[in-house]
Amino acid sequence: MLEALSYEFIQNALIAGVLVSLISGIIGSLIVANRMVFLAGGIAHAAYGGIGIAIFTGIPIFLGTSLFAVAAALFMAFITINQRENIDVFIGLTWAVGMAIGIILVDLTPGYNVDLLSYLFGSILAVNRDDLYFMGSLFVVILFVITFWYRNILAVSYDSEYAALSGINVKFFYTLILILSALTVVIAIKVVGLILVIALLSIPVYIAQRLSSSLFSMMLISGLIASVFTTIGLWFSYSFNITSGASIILVSALSLMLFMLLSKLK
Amino acid sequence: MHKNKTRAVIEVKNLSFAYDKDLILEDINLMIFEKDFMVFIGPNGGGKSTLVKLMLGINPLQKGSITILDKSIRKSISQIGYVPQNTNINLNFPIKAIEVVMMGKSSLRTSLFGYKKEEVHHAMELLEKVGMQEFANSKIGSLSGGQRQRVMIARALCADPKILLLDEPTSSIDTDGQKQIYELLKELNKEITIIVVSHDISVLLEYASKVAHINKKLSFHDISSIKNIETKSDHICEVELLEMLGKCKC
Repeated sequence: MLEALSYEFIQNALIAGVLVSLISGIIGSLIVANRMVFLAGGIAHAAYGGIGIAIFTGIPIFLGTSLFAVAAALFMAFITINQRENIDVFIGLTWAVGMAIGIILVDLTPGYNVDLLSYLFGSILAVNRDDLYFMGSLFVVILFVITFWYRNILAVSYDSEYAALSGINVKFFYTLILILSALTVVIAIKVVGLILVIALLSIPVYIAQRLSSSLFSMMLISGLIASVFTTIGLWFSYSFNITSGASIILVSALSLMLFMLLSKLK
Repeated sequence: MHKNKTRAVIEVKNLSFAYDKDLILEDINLMIFEKDFMVFIGPNGGGKSTLVKLMLGINPLQKGSITILDKSIRKSISQIGYVPQNTNINLNFPIKAIEVVMMGKSSLRTSLFGYKKEEVHHAMELLEKVGMQEFANSKIGSLSGGQRQRVMIARALCADPKILLLDEPTSSIDTDGQKQIYELLKELNKEITIIVVSHDISVLLEYASKVAHINKKLSFHDISSIKNIETKSDHICEVELLEMLGKCKC
């Protein structure tokens, strides 16, 4: 097993797994606290439209996907802030239309047989240096935002009505959280794929919620739990030659069941 | 009209408000004075909550004016401590009671993770004031409805407001808890003005200094006459009492 660690692609995969896990812990906590899980799911699937655009036009995948996902996030923010009814219909719409755009653009790209599965279920073993730089930069940006605005974000996440009354710009922070979620989704697609993103963003958070008494500790604990899940999942993936994203998610889900069982028995 | 010498903390003049074309409030005139214990009663949909939202600046003014301590709402919103109706939001959220209290202070918004010593100290004092100091480090979701309501009152007091505004503060609390909340408000009333929107008339009769009935229009009630109604008849249910208050001309 140890000799595997000497391969560069394994090292990259491990670093990417931990980076994405830590980011997912922070952003996943915000997504769950703000009840945006379905929204984030919508963005994750819509992001495939960005993948299609990137492949079709030849721009870097991360760039195309990020731009498209952020656009989807802004649209979702606009809808949820201004529209009172049928929000779920619009989320579902963005979800499906994004994927449809992606699939058609990939079809139209001459001579390109894209491995759709690698985007649906992740391809962490194909992570390269540039991907790591992108993930690292996002991690730094998120740390900066959270450190600087922790109390505003806490207030908005816990009780947005009261936050608005005490003069906090709730719409700004709500939109900011959605944009960061979109970027997180983009990098998490590389690790677990767009179908499984939501599981990575919510399972560790669900466990951490029970174990923590502050938003900060929830972010930290879910980041650590996610890192453990990702690393174990990767190990299974390597040892049994199975799809890494699915392996990571199953490790997470089984651990969640075990956790729930243990807390019932207490 | 009022011979009260203390100054008006809230003055509402010719206020009307409509959602689309439905008139919710019509020509409301109201003065609330320093250290009043003012209670708004009235049927659901009668406009109580709308009036509260107008006072807080959540709903924009359409017609008429509201001044708080002789200034516009925007300028003096920090003088009102607000306790919202539903305190059962986000119960799984990992946050301690003391952190909720510290949210009430709108300054220091861009400070980093930690809280300043003075802030923690101030929040502890407020928790002590509402009798919740033992629960400072409890998760908000683990508290009972009444305990959580007290924490929300402490949060509302955090910015040292002159007025405390509570929307249905006892709607989800058992009878003992309700009594405690009102005793607490009575105590706080020695220093600040209290405004309560409520259904439970019987409890309020013991504590209110003024009662206004809102059903599109506003009418004041002399509390002593309400007490007479209650003592004259052996039994009177709250629904009947509410109806009578709506009709009476006192």
